[in-house]
Amino acid sequence: MELHNLTISEAADLLRKREVSSRELTEATYKQIEAVDDKVKAFLTLTKDLAFQQAEAADKTFKEGAEGANPLLGIPMSLKDVVSTRNVRTTCGSKILENFVPIYDATIARKLYQAGAVLVGKNNMDEFAMGSSTENSAFGTTHNPWNLDTVPGGSSGGSSASVAAGESFFSIGSDTGGSIRQPASLCGVVGLKPTYGRVSRYGLVAFASSLDQFGPFTRSVTDNALVMNVIAGHDSLDSTAINAPVPDYTKSLIPDVKGLKLALPREYFIDGLETGVDKAVRAAIAKLEELGATVEEVSMPHTKYALSTYYIIAPAEASANLARYDGVKYTYSDPDARTMVEGYFKTRGHGFGAEVKRRIMIGTYALSSGYYDAYYVKAQKVRTLIKSDFDKVFEKYDAIVAPTSPTVAFRIGDKVSDPLAMYLNDIFTIPANMAGTPGMSIPCGYSNNLPVGLQILGPVLGEEKVFRVAYAYEQATEWHKQHPTL
Amino acid sequence: MKLSPKEIEEVANLARLELTPVEKEKMRDELAPILTYFEILKELDTENIPATAQVIAVQNLMRPDEVRPSAPVEEVLKNAPLREADYFRVRAVFGDQE
Repeated sequence: MELHNLTISEAADLLRKREVSSRELTEATYKQIEAVDDKVKAFLTLTKDLAFQQAEAADKTFKEGAEGANPLLGIPMSLKDVVSTRNVRTTCGSKILENFVPIYDATIARKLYQAGAVLVGKNNMDEFAMGSSTENSAFGTTHNPWNLDTVPGGSSGGSSASVAAGESFFSIGSDTGGSIRQPASLCGVVGLKPTYGRVSRYGLVAFASSLDQFGPFTRSVTDNALVMNVIAGHDSLDSTAINAPVPDYTKSLIPDVKGLKLALPREYFIDGLETGVDKAVRAAIAKLEELGATVEEVSMPHTKYALSTYYIIAPAEASANLARYDGVKYTYSDPDARTMVEGYFKTRGHGFGAEVKRRIMIGTYALSSGYYDAYYVKAQKVRTLIKSDFDKVFEKYDAIVAPTSPTVAFRIGDKVSDPLAMYLNDIFTIPANMAGTPGMSIPCGYSNNLPVGLQILGPVLGEEKVFRVAYAYEQATEWHKQHPTL
Repeated sequence: MKLSPKEIEEVANLARLELTPVEKEKMRDELAPILTYFEILKELDTENIPATAQVIAVQNLMRPDEVRPSAPVEEVLKNAPLREADYFRVRAVFGDQE
C-alpha cells in the first residue's frame, strides 16, 4: 500500500509503531503531488518549507514519546484556498486576491496546526466559493482524478480531488449550497457539511454568512470523525458558533443500523436524476435496509423551491460580503483608476470573474429598493418552510438518505455557458444549507466509471446519526478502498 | 424576465461594478432565465410565515468592553495596494467625477 493513499487511521498507526515518520509521509505526499498535479491541478500554492518544519516538529514529539492520543499528529493535510492561513497566500480562486497574504489563521487552521497536522498546500476552488465545478477559478480548473476530462465538482473541487488523488490525507473545504458534498460525490470521497454553527467560521472568507460552513474531506468515514473531533466546537471569535459540547464522533462509528428509521424523500428522485446515479443510490439504500434499517418514503414538499430561495439569499449575502473588495485594503487596486470611486468600479469590474459579478448583480437587485420584499424577504420566508420540512421529517426519522448530485462528473466546458444548468447541480444539497442541518456524501458506486455519492442528512447537531449510518454502509462495502489510477 | 439596459446600469452602479457594453448585454441575457426561475416562489402563500432571521437560534453575544492589543500596523498594511506612512492610501475622493 503506497503511503500517499493510506487513511489517517492507517498512517497514525504506522507512526505510532515507528514504521514511518511524518517526514516520510510528507515526502510521499509531495512525490504524489509532483507526479500527478500537473494533470489534476488541485493546488494553487504549495507550502513545502512550512510542511517540513511541521513534520519535523511532529517527528520530535513522536521521538519523545509524547504523541498521546492525537491522531492528526504528523498527518499531511491541504486546505481550500478560502481558509485564512497566516503568512500563506490565500486567493479564494480570485484575481482580486491573487497576492493576498492573511495576517491571521482561521480558527480551524490554528486547531489543526495545534493537533499537529502538516500543511502541504492550498487547494483550488471556484472563485469566492461560487460554483459547482471549479471552472470558475481565475487560475484554471481542477480535473477529476477519475477522468481528467471531467470536473471534480465545486466549489471545493481542489480539496476533493487532492484527497481522491492521494495528494493529501485530508482537506478542509467549505459548503454553502453543497460545495463539500457535491465534489465529494463526484470524486468518490467522504465529505461532511456540519450543522451550521458547529465549526467556527472565523477565517472562512465569507460568501454567504447564514449558509457557509467548513467541513472535512477524507478517504474514510473514520477519518472524517477524527478531523471533526479537532475542528468542531464553540469559538468566541464567531458569534454564530454554537456553544454546545463536541462529542467524540468516533463513538458513533458503529457498524450497525438495526432499528434506525431512514427517510427517502420522493422529491429527490426526479426527472433530472441520471439513471446511473439513481441505480447506485437505490442499491445503497437497499444495502442499508439489508443491514437492518427501516426505510420509508416521505414527502418534503418545499424541496423544489430550495434552488430559487438559495439563489436569492446567497447572492444577496454575497453582495454584502464582497463589498469589502474595494481596491483599498486587499492588495488589488486597478491601476487605471483616477479617483476613489473609479477605483471601486474598475477594481471590482476587472478583478472579479464573470460568475462572481453575476451573483453580485443578482444579490444587489434582490436587495434593492422596490425588490427587497418580493425577493429577499420572500426567500427568507420560503426558507422557513424548507426548514420546517426537515423538522417534521426528523420528528419521526433518524436520518434522510438521498442522492448527493443529480449526475456524475460532467465534462469540463459542458455547463459553463449556462449558469442555470450549472446551478441545478446543487438541487439536492442546497436544502440542508437552508435548514442548517448536517449532511455527508459517501461513495456508493459508479456510473460510466465515475463515482456516485450517497447523501445522508441528519437533524441539527445530529452528526452522530450521520456518522453511524455512513460508517455502517461503508464497512459493508468496498468503495472506500478504491483509488483512481493516474 | 429580462432587465432593461437602464436597470442593468442601475444595479451595476449600486454594486460598484464597471461592466463593458458587451458584459452588460451578456448580463441581461444570463440573468433573464435566473430571474424568471425565481417566479416559482409566487406559488407559495407566505403571508403568515415568518422570515428566517437565523437558521440556528443564538442570542446576542456580548463581551466585556476591554482594551486589547490590535494587530500591528506593519502586519495590517502588508496587503495595502497603496500606502502612505501608516495609512491605507485612497485616491482623490473629490475630483474628476462623471
